[in-house]
Amino acid sequence: MGVEQKLGNLGVVTYRLEDLVNWGRTNAMWPILFGLACCAIEMMGSQAASYDASRFGMELNRPSPRQSDLMIVAGRVTRKMAPVVRRLYDQMPEPKWVIAMGDCASCGGVFNNYAIVQGVDEIIPVDVYVGGCPPRPEALLDGIMSLHEKIRNEKLGDWA
Amino acid sequence: MNPDEVIVSEIEKAFPEAIEEVSEFRGERTLYIRKADLKSVCQFLRDQQSLQYNFLTDICADDMLPEFPRFAVNYQLYSIPRNHRIRLRVRVEDPEDGPETVGSIWAIGTWLEMEVWDLMGVRFKGNTSLRRLFLPEDWQGFPLRKDYPLGYEEVQFSFNFDEINAKKPHATKD
Amino acid sequence: MTLSAGGDAIQELTLEELRNKVGTGMEIEDAEEHMLLSMGPQHPSTHGVLRLLVELDGETVVNLAPDIGFLHTGIEKNMEAKTFTKALVMTDRMDYLSPMSNNLGYILAVEKLLGVEATPRAQAIRVILTEMQRVASHLVWLGTSALDLAAMSVFLYCFREREYILDVFEMVAGHRMMVSYFRPGGLWRDVPEEFETAVRQFLDFMPAKIADYEALLKNNPIFLGRAKGVGVISAEDAISWGLTGGSLRGSGVNYDVRKANPYSGYEQYDFDVPLETDGDVYARYRVRMEEMRQSLRIIEQALNKLPDGPIQIDNRKIVPPPRAELGRSMEAVIHHFKLWTEGFNAPEGFVYQAIESPRGEFGVYLRGNGGSKPARVHFRAPSYVNLAALPKLSKNLFVADVVAIIGSIDIVLGEIDR
Ligand code: SF4
Repeated sequence: MGVEQKLGNLGVVTYRLEDLVNWGRTNAMWPILFGLACCAIEMMGSQAASYDASRFGMELNRPSPRQSDLMIVAGRVTRKMAPVVRRLYDQMPEPKWVIAMGDCASCGGVFNNYAIVQGVDEIIPVDVYVGGCPPRPEALLDGIMSLHEKIRNEKLGDWA
Repeated sequence: MNPDEVIVSEIEKAFPEAIEEVSEFRGERTLYIRKADLKSVCQFLRDQQSLQYNFLTDICADDMLPEFPRFAVNYQLYSIPRNHRIRLRVRVEDPEDGPETVGSIWAIGTWLEMEVWDLMGVRFKGNTSLRRLFLPEDWQGFPLRKDYPLGYEEVQFSFNFDEINAKKPHATKD
Repeated sequence: MTLSAGGDAIQELTLEELRNKVGTGMEIEDAEEHMLLSMGPQHPSTHGVLRLLVELDGETVVNLAPDIGFLHTGIEKNMEAKTFTKALVMTDRMDYLSPMSNNLGYILAVEKLLGVEATPRAQAIRVILTEMQRVASHLVWLGTSALDLAAMSVFLYCFREREYILDVFEMVAGHRMMVSYFRPGGLWRDVPEEFETAVRQFLDFMPAKIADYEALLKNNPIFLGRAKGVGVISAEDAISWGLTGGSLRGSGVNYDVRKANPYSGYEQYDFDVPLETDGDVYARYRVRMEEMRQSLRIIEQALNKLPDGPIQIDNRKIVPPPRAELGRSMEAVIHHFKLWTEGFNAPEGFVYQAIESPRGEFGVYLRGNGGSKPARVHFRAPSYVNLAALPKLSKNLFVADVVAIIGSIDIVLGEIDR
């Protein structure tokens, strides 16, 4: 077979399945293409040329929730939007993670009024909160790194 | 004659009763128009060759609580050919019985009135598209009214973290 | 046939009801075969959380109704609960592609209500920054609407240049997007020394970049095919539908607030108002491209004659005293304390101030009641008004054209819903 002749004997590599799968999950994470407000502009900024989120295997934004495993809630969630966000979340296949990007998604931010849900964690479980209004693209990338860190430490027993 | 005076005299000629009051503040002229005459005045302002207010910039309602009449609706008109702005203001006592719609004069009127209805609850006569626009269908009340609460929620700090945490809804995966 | 999408808050709707919405009601034959399509609120090309309800005959749009409010933030209400200065932060977050323009509109309204005018230096800096904001906003518009029309690389280039502008904003205001830099009576602080060089550099490289974008799109047959002759609106209709900004000037109506009612010293600068007469997507694209060049002209002129002098007026009832005075003067401490706890009082009365934001005429209606908080703030949001014409623009076109039209009227959902 081709590869062996070129590379010689590869031998056997042993590795913990847990780590291997977690490694795979971190490096090909597809966020759902879903922007709500101002923060979404910074999210676009982090995917554009200067910050280039594709360095971390995240350049591919899927418009469909069925194909994505990360939801970046980028912006304020209103009372009218809340059921929609929940529904999108429910449609995503397991395993799935959520980043609350910005103050509004984390806690309501400057808008403490009748229209805004005070923190998206009231409707969907959040893994990483990124502060800032809006967070700089670096901050978002840092949030993504933290999420990767979290995933790398996930245990086989918790997957189910 | 400056354009502000032209418009007043023209309206007075055509509709002697329509103008209730003229006020000026910071160089902006406001004409208080009687509610019943609003639509015909608007039509007149748009069609009259010497006026040509062909651009309806904005409709905006104001809750003047505790004054009476409580509501006021502003129409910002602009004439592109003559480069002149004017504001018509209509006092409304009962929000259910608002001014007539101007949707047939400027197409955008319908859409602007929908916003006023949704947030301030002033009903425009003859506008059939009024519905909940910004807020969910089953929302109660009109948020921009002065008697509607802001909906402020207590902010969570470290000293009251547990107390508020107990009250807050928490989402789970399923 | 009923349709429900997105859970309980979204209304169920029949075709009949759809036809009654937004003045698009009309008699339709053969309605049996029509289909109801719900685009959004999570849709890649609605530029945010816009939901469109579309009635289709095959692939042709028969009827269309925008369903908005998924980003209704209650900004107008919330501003009534804050002092005039504190309410400023809310305006940034409305049209988040052009916070500077929003700030300017609101601040000019406050200044008008108070009856004060900013110093010449503050006015010139305001002009420079808002024009840079216009370029930045048009870059996002160009990038995203080209992306919708399958030209991905333009997006990457546009965002690269936008980063430069944001860096300048960060230099002057300390924040990339939500600047809140203009304050009643002037600016928050003076621009740093490097500001002028940074802007000059921007003026140097930008014209070539704009030519680059044009080169990418001008000869692109896919882009031209999807933009030319699509979404046509006549001048008369455009006025009646209240369109402003590039969408109005694409139809050949010469109306630009900067020329018609100059504010902040725009009358001193020499610039053209680009006009196109076709009224289609391509015309609107051409207008905005040319607007970027005109903005550069304005920036250059303003920078060349940037006057020296104070950046704030001298009225201590409105403008806080400089930091250095606080240690020396008791009076300054009192003013500072009063301003930051209670704010300044504005007289009774109402004003309307319009400015030309990147999207069109951005108007602020502001009423004061003698207190330190606005009694009523209302925004004439250009995106909100421009959106109303969407059903008209997209009638009898294909679904794919609707995407092109949404891009061309340049809407920002944060401003529509407020
Ligand atoms: S956190 Fe700030 S930038 Fe982000 S959505 Fe909220 S207001 Fe906008």
